[in-house]
Amino acid sequence: MNAEPSLLQCLAIQRRVLYALLMREVISRFGRENLGVLWLVGEPMIFTVGVAAMWSAGGMRHVTAIPIVAFAVTGYSAVLLWRNCASHVTFGIEENKGLLYHRNVQVIDVLLMRILLEIGGATGSFLVLSFFFIFVGWMAPPVDLLQVIFGWIMLGWFGTSLALLVGAATAFSEIVERLWHPTAYLLFPLSGAAFMVDWLPSNLQNFALLLPMVHGTEMLRQGYFGNVVRTHYDVGYMAACCLVLSLAALYAIREAGRRFEF
Amino acid sequence: MLSIDHISKVYSTRYGPRKVLDDVSFQLAPGRNLGILGRNGAGKSTLIRLISGAEHPTSGRIQRGMSVSWPLAFGGAFQTHLTGLDNLKFVCRVYGVEYKPLVPFVEEFTELGVYFREPVLHYSHGMLTRLAFALSMAIEFDCFLIDEAMVVGDVRFHERCHIELFQKRKDRAFILVTHEANVIKLYCENASVLHEGRLLPFPTVDAAYDFYLASLAERPDNPDL
Repeated sequence: MNAEPSLLQCLAIQRRVLYALLMREVISRFGRENLGVLWLVGEPMIFTVGVAAMWSAGGMRHVTAIPIVAFAVTGYSAVLLWRNCASHVTFGIEENKGLLYHRNVQVIDVLLMRILLEIGGATGSFLVLSFFFIFVGWMAPPVDLLQVIFGWIMLGWFGTSLALLVGAATAFSEIVERLWHPTAYLLFPLSGAAFMVDWLPSNLQNFALLLPMVHGTEMLRQGYFGNVVRTHYDVGYMAACCLVLSLAALYAIREAGRRFEF
Repeated sequence: MLSIDHISKVYSTRYGPRKVLDDVSFQLAPGRNLGILGRNGAGKSTLIRLISGAEHPTSGRIQRGMSVSWPLAFGGAFQTHLTGLDNLKFVCRVYGVEYKPLVPFVEEFTELGVYFREPVLHYSHGMLTRLAFALSMAIEFDCFLIDEAMVVGDVRFHERCHIELFQKRKDRAFILVTHEANVIKLYCENASVLHEGRLLPFPTVDAAYDFYLASLAERPDNPDL
């Protein structure tokens, strides 16, 4: 253990620590029965199916040209991807405080660990539901799989940077935790999950497109439905937002680590 | 070599910033040891946390030229739903050590029996202390940080800790902080006193001991006496 380990050594340590934290979190959250870990995927699945069922029952079977099930699965999965990341890190530092006694366990590790789990869960849920609905014929296979994957990665980046920022901010003030949940709640109807930007009046479209996750959801749906739908998004804008969020998050995490007190 | 270079630590309180450590410097060579005496609230645990790297100094620099343990027998990181074995696995993964060869030692030292594979939730205070100490011993470090760990537990536990730490690992360095002057006299070759935020070195353990006792007597209301 030298005073100045190389970047490669640091990466190896980080990988090791993240793995240790992941294993620990999985057992303590889902229990040690083998099926417990299925809840990681099961929880978001139940949410998505519930929303899909409600929308199907409440509205028409089709919204314009799109089947409602596919609309709900793409929209709600996208919400879960970024929202669950941020919602699960709010107590991340506090609940793992004791672990920071191990020098190699840093604030960013406990936050990243939770984010990785949530991304895994949301992705698993999206995959399982898509396969199932495609198999029973309620959803068509995606038109452009690469585009779907790209949209998903962008949403994952957005979720990660947002969650890192929210998680680090909770170290500065507990109010962040209280504010995040209502914010997430209010963002849901604005996030593009329940509407397509094209349906909005053109003066509202520009406002909707201020939110980065709207772009991600549109990208995802462009890939899924192809040219049946008209989508509006700007990869550059979303990437710029994510980049700014990421940098702000990294700065906040460094400060949070420096100020950290037991 | 472990170098503590002009470190200070300021905590903010409701009454403004409070300097807990003020320009503390010392060095510790491999295999050597240092006892640090200080009253309750003198900043001993803060100093140990800074040296371990769990917290960062407000100013100054700490260079760890050897591997330094976490504060010994620290049990605060136990997740109550995990078993003793899970906690061993966790610590081993964090430090990149294979856990399987360590299971016999930890089982034997902790005397947990079947409880080793039960959630920590069901452990008594004594069982937790034994597990925490065993995990600290499971990972080999060049320098151990001991924060009054030797004062807890029963006589038998004391003896076993003593054997593990001061006999089997007598080639290692350690820093021992305590408010019990006798513990330092028993184990340490050098001693300093943490007094009003400053770390005062003394040529002999006895000199540190005398100064410390005199400083305690200055305030007769001190419960440590």
